[in-house]
Amino acid sequence: MALDRKIAYIDLTTGDVTIKPIPLDVRKKFLGGRGLDAYLLLNHSKKGCNPLGSANPLIVSGGILTATCASATARTHIMAKSPLTGLLGSANMGGFFAPEMAWAGFHHLVIKGKAKKPSYLFIKNGTIEIRDAENIWGMTTTDTQWAIQEELNDQEIKSLVIGPAGENLVTFANVMTGIKNAGGRTGMGAVMGSKNLKAIACRGTMDIKIAHPVDALEYNKRFIDQITSAKVNKTQGTLGTPMIWGATNSWGGVRTRNFQYNQCEYADDIEPEAIDEICEETIGPYHMAGCFGCQVHCRAQYRIPSGPLKGNYDEGPEYTSQGAFGAEPDTPRAETVLAGNHLVDQYGIDNLEIGSLISWAMELYEEGIITNKDTDGLDLSFGNDEALLEMVERICYRKGKVADALAQGGIQASKIFGKNSFDYLIQVKGMSNLHSDERATPALALNVATASRGSDHLRSRPAIDLYHLPEKVLHKIYGNPVEYKGKLSSEHTEYVGKAWQVFWQENCYMGVDCLGICKYHTTFLGATLPNFEDWPKVLYYNTGLEFTPEELWDISERCNMLERLFNIREGLTRDDLEKGDMLNHRYFDEPCRRGAPDVVGMKIDKKRFIKMIDEFYEHKGLDKKGNPKPETLKRLEIANEPSHML
Amino acid sequence: METKDKVLMINPEKCTGCRLCELVCAVKHDGASNPSRSRIRVIKWEMDGVYIPMACQQCQDAPCMGVCPAGAISRNDELNVIEVDHDKCIGCRSCVAICPFGAMGFNSIDRKVFKCDLCDGDPQCVRFCEVQAVEYVDADDVAILKKQDAAAKLHATSNKVALKSA
Repeated sequence: MALDRKIAYIDLTTGDVTIKPIPLDVRKKFLGGRGLDAYLLLNHSKKGCNPLGSANPLIVSGGILTATCASATARTHIMAKSPLTGLLGSANMGGFFAPEMAWAGFHHLVIKGKAKKPSYLFIKNGTIEIRDAENIWGMTTTDTQWAIQEELNDQEIKSLVIGPAGENLVTFANVMTGIKNAGGRTGMGAVMGSKNLKAIACRGTMDIKIAHPVDALEYNKRFIDQITSAKVNKTQGTLGTPMIWGATNSWGGVRTRNFQYNQCEYADDIEPEAIDEICEETIGPYHMAGCFGCQVHCRAQYRIPSGPLKGNYDEGPEYTSQGAFGAEPDTPRAETVLAGNHLVDQYGIDNLEIGSLISWAMELYEEGIITNKDTDGLDLSFGNDEALLEMVERICYRKGKVADALAQGGIQASKIFGKNSFDYLIQVKGMSNLHSDERATPALALNVATASRGSDHLRSRPAIDLYHLPEKVLHKIYGNPVEYKGKLSSEHTEYVGKAWQVFWQENCYMGVDCLGICKYHTTFLGATLPNFEDWPKVLYYNTGLEFTPEELWDISERCNMLERLFNIREGLTRDDLEKGDMLNHRYFDEPCRRGAPDVVGMKIDKKRFIKMIDEFYEHKGLDKKGNPKPETLKRLEIANEPSHML
Repeated sequence: METKDKVLMINPEKCTGCRLCELVCAVKHDGASNPSRSRIRVIKWEMDGVYIPMACQQCQDAPCMGVCPAGAISRNDELNVIEVDHDKCIGCRSCVAICPFGAMGFNSIDRKVFKCDLCDGDPQCVRFCEVQAVEYVDADDVAILKKQDAAAKLHATSNKVALKSA
C-alpha cells in the first residue's frame, strides 16, 4: 500500500541507516512529496547551515500517489538548503526513479553527513546499502547509470545521479535520471556532490496495494481521457515543450540578448516544427517518449544532426533549452540548441541557469565590465555559438576566472566581477529567471518575484492568464475550492485579481507536487485539466484516504507556508534584491522593444506591482513585511514548527 | 463470442516507453501496482530511444504447454489464449524457463506462475495505450495491417523523393 512506504534516514558519515514508517497523522497534514519534504527540511536543518556542509540534509521523495494507479505519478522531488540561493532548494523531475524507489519500499530519504570517499546508495526491497563509487566518479550522467546497472548486473535499476557539474560543486548542478530528466534549479546536484554521493540506485519488486483497484483503474481511464482530450496536451505530445516557444516568441515573451529584447529574431531554425523535423529525420515518425505512466509523452527524441557532436542521442530539447541556447545568447540555431541541450544533460547542469548566466556574462562583455583578459581570450560576444558551448564546459569543470565565478551563481559572480554587473543580472533570490520575459504580464512577473525557490515558473505561474479566458470561466477555475469574491481580469496586461491567481496556482502546484503528479496534468498549460475537485477521488481509490477539496487546499497552503518559514529563517526579507520578493530594476525601467502591439512599450508599473505583492501577502496571511501572521500559522496548524514528528 | 481469434499486435516503433501497460496489467490482475507482476513488460535501449513491449504470443504450438509435466497448461480456443490451471500446476517453473519470449512469469510473493490471459477479451494494456503501440486485432488481419504500415512508409519516402527532384 502507498501508505506503508517508509522513510529512511541515512547518515553518510557514520553509515547508519534508520528506517521508520510515516504516521497517518503526518500524511493527513502534509500528504507526501514536496510538502512532506518541506516539513522534513524545516525539522532536520539548523538555521544558517552551510548548504555544502555535511549538516545540510538532502531529502529525496516520491509523492503519496507515486506508482499507484493514478496518471503520470512519475515525479521525484529533491529538497535541501540551496547552495545557489542560500534559501529553499527544491527540484522536481519526471522519469522512472520515484516509482522504482516506491516499489523498493520508500517514499522519503533524508540523507545527512558526508561519505569519506565517493559512494552511492543501492536500495532494494526495503534494504539500503552504501557502496563504493570511486570507479564511476567523473562519469557523465548517463554513463553513471549504465555503469551501476552493469556493476549490479541488473538492467531494471533506476538511478538518480550527478554528473561532473555536481561533483565540481557548481552551485546550480542538477540531479538527473534517465537521458534528460533533470532535477534542476537551486543546485541539488551540488548538495549531492558535497556529500560525496554520486548516485542513488533503486530496484523494487514490492507490491503497492491499491485500496480500490477496480475504481482506481476506471477513474484513471477517465482521468487520462480528460488529459489526452485537451488540445494543448495533444500538441505537447507531438512537439514537446518547444510548442510553447513559437507562440511565446511571436507575441514577445522571450528574453533575448540577456534582457535587451523580448523577442528572438531570425529564429526559424529553432521553431518547434523545425526541431520536430530534425527529430523525425534522425529518429523516425514516432519520436516521442513518456515518463512513467504518462500519456502526454512530451519528450522528443533526437540525434544531433551536424557539427562536432553529430550523431549523439538525446531527448528534449525543452522550451528552456531554446531560450538558454537560442534566444538569450542570440544563437538561434538548431545545432547549437541541440548540442547545448546534450551537454547540460551529460554534465548534469541546469540548462536554464547556465544559459542565463552565460548570456549575462555576454552582456557584461559587451559593456566592457568583463574583458578578453578575464575570459582567457574567449570572445564572449552575443551570437557566438562556439563560445557559448565552450563556456558550458568551462563552467561545469570550473575552468578559468569567469567560468569559475559563474559556477558560484549570479550573485556571487557579480561580487567578483564588480562594477555595476549586478544591475544586469536577471534573477530573484539569487536564481536566474526563465528566459521568458514578464514585462507585459504582471501576473507572471508576480509569480517569478514571489516563487519559493527563487525566480521560477513552476511554483505559481498562472500560465492560462495568456489565454484571455472569459471572466466567468476564470471565476469558475479560480473560485474553487475556496470562494473568491474579488475581481478577475481576462487581460494579461492587467494587475487586477492577478495576486489571487498566483496564490491559487501556488496552492495548485503544491498539491500536484505532494501527490507526485506532473504539472501537465493540472491547471498549468490546460485550463480544463484536473485539480482540487478531482484529486479526492484519485486519492481515495488509490490509498483509501478521504479528503475534501477544501482539505487538500489547506494542505497545499500549509506546505507552502512551511517553505516560506524556511526562507524567512534563512534570511528572506521582502524588498531585498538578493533574497527577497523583488524583481530586477530592468522590469520597471526598460520597456519591451519588440513583439505584438499590446506588448511593445510595456514594462511593469512598480507602484501597482508593489500593491499586487501586498494583495498576495494578504491572501497568504502574511503581514506587510511578508512574515506570517500568528493567526495564519494557527489556522494552518503549524504554529509550533519545527514539531519533530518525523 | 466476438473476441474469438484475436491477438495482441505490438508495434514497438509507436511505444513511448511509459510502461502504463505494466501498471494497469498488475492492478487489473492483482490489485497491486508492481511491474514484476505485469504480464507485459517494456524492454528498453535507452541510448537509442528504443522501447519494445514484450508479451505472450499465445503460440499455436506453445512450448510452455509442451514442457509442463503436470498437464496444467492448455489452449482455450474460444479466446485464443493459453491458460494455466493452478489446481494442477506444481510450480516447477519449466514453462518460465522454456518460453522464448519471457512471457511466463513467476511471482515470488504468491509463489505462482502467471501469464497473459488477454483480460478475458478486454486487454487493459490495449485499452490504456493511447498511442496504440499495443492493439488487439483479428489474427487474420495482422499481416494486412503490417502491409498497410509498410506501404505507407514506402509512399512517404517516394513522396519525399518526388518533392526533392521536383
